[in-house]
Order: sequence, then structure tokens, then C-alpha cells
Amino acid sequence: MKFELKGITKRFPGVVANDGIDLTVGDGEIHALLGENGAGKTTLMNVLYGLYHADEGEILIDDQPVRFQSPADAIAAGIGMVHQHFMLVPVFTVAENAILGIEPTRRGGILDRARARREVRELSQRFGLVVDPDAMVEDLPVGVQQRVELLKALLRDARLLILDEPTAVLTPQETEDLFSIMRSLQKSGHSVLFITHKLKEVLPVSDRITVLRNGRVVGSTVPDETSEQELASMMVGRSVLLRVPKDEARPGELVLDVNGLSVLDDRGHLAVDDLSLQVRAGEIVAVAGVQGNGQTELVEALTGLVPPLAGSITLAGRRMDHASPRSVLGAGVAHVPEDRIKDGLVASFSVAENLVLNSYDTAPFAHGPVMDNSAVRSSAVERAREFDIRAPSVDVQVSTLSGGNQQKVIIARELSRPIRLLIASQPTRGLDVGSIEYVHRRIVEARDQGDAVLIVSSELDEVMALADRIVVMFRGRIVGERPAGADRDEIGLLMAGAVGEVAS
Amino acid sequence: MTEPAVKAPEVSEPPPPPGRSFASRFLEELISPGPVLVTVLAIFTALVVGAVLIVFSDERVLSTWGYFFAAPGDALRASWDAITAAYGALLSGAVGSSSALSETIVSATPLMLAGLGIALGFRAGLFNIGAEGQVIAGGLVAGYVGFAIHGLPVFVHLPLALLAGLAGGALWGFIPGILKATTGAHEVITTIMLNYVAANLSLYLLASSTFRRPGRADPISKIVAVPARLPHLAGQGLRLHAGIIVALAAAVGVAWLLGRSTWGFELRAAGASPTAALTAGINVRRAIVMAMVLSGALAGLAGGGQVLGLQFSLAPGFSGGLGFDAITVALLGRASPLGVVLAALLFGALRAGGLNMQATTSTPIDIVTVIQSLIVIFVAAPALVRAIYHVKAARTVAGGPVSKGWGG
Repeated sequence: MKFELKGITKRFPGVVANDGIDLTVGDGEIHALLGENGAGKTTLMNVLYGLYHADEGEILIDDQPVRFQSPADAIAAGIGMVHQHFMLVPVFTVAENAILGIEPTRRGGILDRARARREVRELSQRFGLVVDPDAMVEDLPVGVQQRVELLKALLRDARLLILDEPTAVLTPQETEDLFSIMRSLQKSGHSVLFITHKLKEVLPVSDRITVLRNGRVVGSTVPDETSEQELASMMVGRSVLLRVPKDEARPGELVLDVNGLSVLDDRGHLAVDDLSLQVRAGEIVAVAGVQGNGQTELVEALTGLVPPLAGSITLAGRRMDHASPRSVLGAGVAHVPEDRIKDGLVASFSVAENLVLNSYDTAPFAHGPVMDNSAVRSSAVERAREFDIRAPSVDVQVSTLSGGNQQKVIIARELSRPIRLLIASQPTRGLDVGSIEYVHRRIVEARDQGDAVLIVSSELDEVMALADRIVVMFRGRIVGERPAGADRDEIGLLMAGAVGEVAS
Repeated sequence: MTEPAVKAPEVSEPPPPPGRSFASRFLEELISPGPVLVTVLAIFTALVVGAVLIVFSDERVLSTWGYFFAAPGDALRASWDAITAAYGALLSGAVGSSSALSETIVSATPLMLAGLGIALGFRAGLFNIGAEGQVIAGGLVAGYVGFAIHGLPVFVHLPLALLAGLAGGALWGFIPGILKATTGAHEVITTIMLNYVAANLSLYLLASSTFRRPGRADPISKIVAVPARLPHLAGQGLRLHAGIIVALAAAVGVAWLLGRSTWGFELRAAGASPTAALTAGINVRRAIVMAMVLSGALAGLAGGGQVLGLQFSLAPGFSGGLGFDAITVALLGRASPLGVVLAALLFGALRAGGLNMQATTSTPIDIVTVIQSLIVIFVAAPALVRAIYHVKAARTVAGGPVSKGWGG
């Protein structure tokens, strides 16, 4: 089947989210829709899925115009959607989730569980979607939960599958698995519309790429005729550096010295297991690893949020393993937390207040207990200029800013204090290409000024782009250390825990 | 760095993470810059509903509705007369004379103090439902210092008695504060329970020889010595006392604390996002304890003011549920000091006017309670008021909805 959007325009008060968009997804085509956050991708998909009504334009299926009043109409027409945030019942099994809303019944309205399981099993075999129909969804890793969403759509006879940022939550291996599933779907004649802002992914997997910017289509191309660089420029509207240039590191004195560190997670399991790590001034050490291998707990221990079970943390000669967060910050540690919304910012505070979140009680922002709000504000205006924070004013709530600008608020706050060590967890998660470039440049600048830098990232690209030294973390331990420019695949294997095969 | 100029509201506002509790969303909504229009409309709507109730509570007017189709003018005229008479009496009882104004302010004073305490708690992310108990604790201690000591000059005895009330409430706030900070015990549960403890403790104490007035068999306390009493502000004829000055000073103090001090910054940060506050090195536990102590202290001051300015002795139930009314005052005032002052004055006016309404038009004063409750319901459900009056939610510059209005 061919799915066609013609001249779709969707306005919200004060905003044109989609402006005359044309898009055609052919039979058995994997079509990537690329654009930065806020480019209008999700709005367009919601129009196609019947969640919104377009103000102008029409939708055609096999050249026949259709009108969707609700997602139910779109599903009936053969459109399936896998949302960025999964719509699953955590305490139901895979099969139960898959049949929810279209439950097969025996006579008398009794649920036919056997048939549900059989159908789910058949489908998963046909498309290589490895999943146990009887597993409880809450016990499954995110990548498998996504397969359940796919199964749900396929069980409803979807011919076009819309995947909204499907790789945002996946590990590199899970991403590869998803791509092979997409190819097997394609072989059986399904069309896939794949929404993303990650450049790396679109080239190997898609047949056609359409780029959106500011609600308009700025170009449509095929992978053979384009490059990452060109796509990035199309997305952002100017040329961007995908890899921030940096000179050879000149490591100086030892700043962070971690020895035999063990940390428990909040369920009491050993998350960091006898880990040792050194970071010198003027170098960037990247901790690579699939999420959930103890990186979060490592950073919590380093920043004083969680007391370690054993081991020592020494910062420039001072023992810090049982220091409070305040004294760790005071000793010159800048912390860019993993979860920017939850831990990095007070969402309902203004930009200016967030910029002094850990320096509000020091001069010039306070004299004794009296805060100098005008000093807070004027400093914020300066920071906003220096760090290119795009906000209508420093008095607006930080939650109204885009993800990239929120991250700049945190980075501005942390780099505006005298620091010796920068710890940044997942510093560019969910950011668009332009913001990633900016954040990476700031991190490299911090290194060049002689700060020690520790990056924790599950994005292999980020690790490769920034690190002077790479350590790979797996199940709470460091399973390998490689210099900058090491073999990407080898790091990937170490991340997956293949220690024996690549041990050096 | 190019930011997209166009931003669809749906993508700029990610859904709240699943871990966020109803309470934290409620508090965020509560302290978001208040839509004054919605508050005004909420009050208006409550008064309209109150008018309907006035009609229904008057048998004479109801009987005219019995023959509505024969003579609709009768029913409408009778209803109109009943409503204007009742609301007229309400208005004149609230602001119609110097004694009316005095009564309004006297009723508003304790609501203002206890309401400020609860608002302070809200700002720190705490639901202090224990103002009633803190009022009782403050009243007991202030009363004791007031009647047990003799021979001090007024400028020593009065401040001492007020401080005692403050300390009593502070202690009653400290207990749930320290429990939450050290064990995580939820303050809603502990403060509610401490209300019972305080109420029954007061019954016990009032029956004891320490408190009971000599020569009386019923549980009523000794009388507060004259130097410990809050002075009258407008002569002996009016009940208006200096408590209102204390309350207004407290409002200024709370406004300064929240907006201009490092302590207030810590309280607000810990309340709005404990995780971010912790990550930024703020001592969240200390902030919780401090907020509960201050919250209790203000409620205790309210109790002290009642005893030292109005009642001059303690009797069972002397708090009169004002700790609960203060919750509604703090909600209506959207947890801001100025808002609480205005809300307390409104509720004081309704209380004073309601008594006059009951006396002159025999409309039951319960209608006032209904109106107060309705105001709070409408304020707490802004989406409802917006739906009634077709008011659009405020929007940000970027086009995303600012006021999220639950379910709206």
C-alpha cells in the first residue's frame, strides 16, 4: 500500500507546526523522517494517526483520499504506531498486552488465552521478534517492550508502521536488532515510517529520507546521494561540526583517584564492584557502557549523593568518599547529572534561579542570609549571553525551554564556578545536532583549560568523539581501557560484556 | 546553534514522568503564578451558587415557586428580595460599620497567621494538615505563660507570652518535620494524628489543677493576666486587637523569607524538586524540618493571638477549627503571602458578615461555610472555572501551555 500526505498544514495558537507538508511512503519502503526537536515530526505523525485533524491538506491511501476521525480509523486503514513512550500495561503479560482491545473470545465471551498466545508466537516467529508471550511486561528490557508494541500493531494488521524516535531508549545492540526487524517487515511488504533525529541511523536502514525543519520539508533524498554532513546541515539550516576538533590531550597532575570503590544501588545490590579509576587534569576520560551497568551509582558516589560501601575517592589529594554533596561541589567538582529534568534543574524555578542553584548562598549572590536578587539576575543575563541560552528572558520558568537550552543552563551553572573536575553523565541525551555540537565544544574547552573531565555515556559516538581515554564498564566493573581512536567495534563488544574474546 | 523558531506545543511539553505524585503536581499548580481572573471568577461563582441556596433555604420564597407558572413575577421578585436582603446583611456585617470592620479583622487575624504557616509548608512541598494541633499547642503554652506569671510589665510579659505560643506551635511542627526527615513518615498522616494528640492533651490539661480556674468545676483555664494581653487598637468598645499587626508583620516576614533569603531559596528548591536540590548540595532534610518548625510556629502564634487578644482564657475547643479553615485560606491565597492576607480578610469578612446575615435575615450561617468551600473547590479546579466562562489557559511565549490544570 502507498501512503501519501499532501499539503498538510497544522496550526496551534501562535505556531504553525506543519506547513504544507508532502510525504509519500511507498509499498515496502523504509522511510526516515529526520528533523530536530520541535521540527514538527511528531505533530505530522499525529495527523497521520488520526490524533489531530489537519487544518489543510489530505491523506491518501493507494490514491484514495481518507479522513481519520480518531486513531481507531487510522488503525482500521492499516496504520500502526509505536509511540516514543510505550503504551503498555506493566503488570500484564506480553500476550495480554498485545490483544488488549481486540481480545479473541470463545463462545460466551470467555477470553481465549491459548489463541492469543498462539497468535503472538506466530507473529513473533514470522518477523524475528523474539519475545516470550507469557513474560510480564514490567520484567522486560526496554528493547523487548518495544517489540511488544510492534506486535500490537502487527496483530491489528498494520501495513504502515510509524516508529516515533524508536532508538532513543535502545542500546546499540538493541538498535541493530530493531533494524533487522524493520528489514524483515519490509520484506513481507510492510512500510515503515521511522522518525528520528539521529543521523547515524538513517543512512544504513532507510530507502528514502525526508528532512523537516521548522514545520516544512526542506529536502527529500536517498541514502546513496547524501551524507551525514549534508543531512545535518539540512536539519539545522547551517553547516555543523559532527565531531568537535580537539588537539592531543596533555594530561597533568592526578585530580581524581578512585580505588577499590564499591557502591550499592537503591535495592541493595552491588552496582559498582571494586572499581578503580584515575582522571588527570587536562584529559577527558569517558566511561562507556550500556546503561544500567553501575554508571549511575558510580557518579552518585563520586558526587557525594550516595556513601560508598568500600573504597576511597580522592580529589586532588583530599579524601572525598564520605563527603556531602555540598562539600564535593565546594571542592571544585562540576556535576552535569544524567537526568537533567529530575536532578539538574528545578523545573518551576526561573532560569536565573537555576543558574545559582548551588551558589545561591555565596557572594555575590548572597550576603549572609540575604539574597541579592539583582546580582542573581544580572549574572544570569551574562551567563545566558556567554553560553548562548535562548530564552525570552532569564525570568521564565526553565521548564519552558527546549532540552538543548535546559542543558546549557546546567552547563553554564557548573562551568561558571572555579572547578577542577567536570563529571558529565549522558551530557547530550535527547539533544539535537546543534546542541550536541555546542555541549561537546564546551567540554573540550574545559579540558583545554586544564580541568579533569569524566564523561559517562552510553552513546558510543559520543565516547569516540570526546574521549582521550576510554574505560568500558560492565556489571559494575571496568572491563577494559582503550586509548582515543580505538576500534569502535571492539569497544562495542566490551560494552556488551564480551570480555574474554577481546581481552588484551 | 539554531533553535527551531516553530515549536509544536505537544512536543515542547513532555508528559510528566510517571514517578511524580499527585501531591507534587498539585503543589506546582498551586504556586504557579496565579491567574487572578480565575480566582475572582471562582469567588463570583460560589456567590451565585450561594444565592441559589439562599432561595432554597427560605420557605416563604420556595412557596412562591410553587405557583411559578401562574405568577412567575412573584417567585422571581421574592427570590431577588431574599438574595439581596441576605447578601446585603452579609456585606453590611462585614464592612458596613466600624464594628463590622473590627469583627472582620478579628476573624481574619488567626486565619492569616495559620494560613501563612500552611502556605510556607506548601512552598517547601509539605502538606501541613496539622495547623489545628499547632494552634492548640501554641494557645496552651501562650495561655499558660499568660496566666501563670504575674507582676511583669506589659513590654516583657506580652512578647514572652507570644513567643511561648510561637514555641508551642513550633514544637508541634518540629515533631512531624523530624519524623519526615529521618524516617520518611508522611507529614499528612503525622500532622493529622498530632491534631488529636493536641486536642486531647488540651482536655487533659484544662482539667488539671495547673490550668483549671479555681472555683470552677468545668474545664476552663485561669484568666490571662492583663499585661500579657494584646492591646485593643480601637478602644474598649471594639474587639479589634493588636494581633492583626503581628499577622501583617508575619506576612511581610514570610514574604521576605521566601523571596529574599537563602533559607527561603532552600525551602522552595527542596519543595519544588527534592532531587535537584539534593544534587545541588542543598540539605533537604534540614529544609524540611525548618519548614515544619516555621509553619507550626506561625500556627502557634495564631493560637496564642486568640488566647491573648480575644478569649483571655482557654476552654475545650478554643481553636474552633481555625487550623482547618486556614488550609482553605492558604489554598485560596495560592500559597503566596499577599494572597493569604487577602484570602484571610475575605474569609474574615464572610464570617463576620455571615453572623449578621443570620441575625437579621435568618439565613443560616452555614451558607457562608458552603460558599467558602465552593470558592476553594473552584480555585482548586481551574479547568472547571475556565470551562464555565470559556477562559483560555495562559500560554507561554513558545506556545506551550503554562497552566496545566489537572485533567483540563
